[in-house]
Amino acid sequence: MCVSRSVINHAIRSNMKHVDAHDEPLLNVNGVTLQYKTREHLVTATYRVSFQVFAGQRFILLGPSGCGKSTLLKGIAGFLKPVEGSMRLSGRVIDKPGPDRMMVFQEFDQLLPWKTVRQNVMFPMKASRRLDGAEAEARASAYINKVNLTKFSNSYPHTLSGGMKQRVAIARAMAMEPDILLMDEPFAALDALTRRKMQEELLHLWRDTKFTMIFVTHSIEEAIILGSRILVMSPHPGQVKAELNAGQFDHASQGGREFQALQQRIHTMLFDQRIEQETRVIHE
Amino acid sequence: MSKGLDMTAMPARPEFEADPSQDVKIGDAARPLSVFERITGNAFLRRVFILIVLAIIWEIYARWLKNPLMFPSFTEMSSALWDSIAQGPLLERTYTTLRVLFMGYAAGIGLAAAFTTLAVSTRIGTDLLSTLTAMFNPLPAIALLPLGLLWFGLGIPSLIFVIVHSVLWAVALNTHTGFLSVPETQRMAGMNYGLRGVRYVTLILIPAALPSILAGLKIGWAFAWRTLIAAELVFGVSSSSGGLGWFIFENRNLLETANVFAGLTTVIVIGLLVESVVFRSVELRTVRRWGMQR
Repeated sequence: MCVSRSVINHAIRSNMKHVDAHDEPLLNVNGVTLQYKTREHLVTATYRVSFQVFAGQRFILLGPSGCGKSTLLKGIAGFLKPVEGSMRLSGRVIDKPGPDRMMVFQEFDQLLPWKTVRQNVMFPMKASRRLDGAEAEARASAYINKVNLTKFSNSYPHTLSGGMKQRVAIARAMAMEPDILLMDEPFAALDALTRRKMQEELLHLWRDTKFTMIFVTHSIEEAIILGSRILVMSPHPGQVKAELNAGQFDHASQGGREFQALQQRIHTMLFDQRIEQETRVIHE
Repeated sequence: MSKGLDMTAMPARPEFEADPSQDVKIGDAARPLSVFERITGNAFLRRVFILIVLAIIWEIYARWLKNPLMFPSFTEMSSALWDSIAQGPLLERTYTTLRVLFMGYAAGIGLAAAFTTLAVSTRIGTDLLSTLTAMFNPLPAIALLPLGLLWFGLGIPSLIFVIVHSVLWAVALNTHTGFLSVPETQRMAGMNYGLRGVRYVTLILIPAALPSILAGLKIGWAFAWRTLIAAELVFGVSSSSGGLGWFIFENRNLLETANVFAGLTTVIVIGLLVESVVFRSVELRTVRRWGMQR
């Protein structure tokens, strides 16, 4: 099983290289500055951030809290307009939220409590008038099965555990078969054991369907395991620090030398930045 | 001293692993509840029990008092109630009252919906609703009755006027509060699916705010019911057929105290039925089933 998996992985990776080299980027973020207002301040969350996401990539936004990674994701989702720069999805400028970019949130209350698991998964398809009736039903069943929740199809969200709710949210987003899947720390509120299981399941799902996703996290380990490419960001305001490849790692390689070297490298990047920040604050 | 802190000096305890499959049968994992447990676990039966106890206390006190003119017993009230229903005008009076009530209640809810829509869609609408609610919500509806009589005359329109006033602010305030407390994640999820405008309100905001909306409707119902009975007591009959309030007033004038109690009991019973049958079954089917309310 181990061998077959690595063979598949290898095939996927060589396939992806091919995609990267020849195709246009699916998402092109160019010099984006995002700002939002609190009661007292105008906060600059990201400053002139640029990156590109290609089809089939597992793109990670990694950084400490305050680096604007979640805000950036909300910008891509269309909830926030950039004050500078542009974001294009397949060439079209992103100007409002839409079902071509499905978002999975960190909070467990993202499911609609008045709908069962099946109705929740079907809802976006119906609401956006993409699919209706039997077609939507069939697709919902297929994706609920993919996240192993068929037994709970008719349960209401309040009867599910946190991990199950997140799986429903992922099934709901994937069932739309969006151009790009946006995940805002979906596993951050889960316990360590469930989180690991969910990470494995997500990678498994990716091997199945090769969806494109942007995944926000502040865990270096999670970034390396889940990501094929990692955008490391520095805080206050969020800026790009580095873009790294991590496609060759999964849970099995966690103890390995290469894995630890990359982990150390990212750690140094973030940690140095933090010291710099603190000293700068003191000098001011 | 330092010896006590030395971890290696602690006696090593043997490790072990349990094998649960070897366990002998513990017994039933689940056992059916006894009949007594089931009866005491039923909220409806518990409430009926309370009502029966109250009726018995009433009966005993009234028989001890022996003054049917001031305080008729439960049995006297029951026979008066039966007579008023079978021969007397009680059903007709109740029908008149309920008809006016539903007209006023529906009009109040409609206006509340309009105000809330305005309040969620514009900022000035929000200010308008909060200012008007702050002004009029504390104002007892019955205090507006003289004005209603002046504007609309002696009749159903002035009754509806005071009912609308008592329903509108409570429902609008609760609905608006409910909309404001819809979680940000659910709002963003709804917008993410491309929902806008009316579809966003009906498919996301209303169901998400349903606990508050139902609470508002319940308060509105209670206010309307009270206001109407009070208003009928004040100006009595409008045309040939008066309402329940008029029934109570009329029988007090005739010193038919048992009938007065029968009228009051009807008011209470209808209130209880609407609360425990209509609203409760709506709640059971919606907010409780969805885990939005305990």
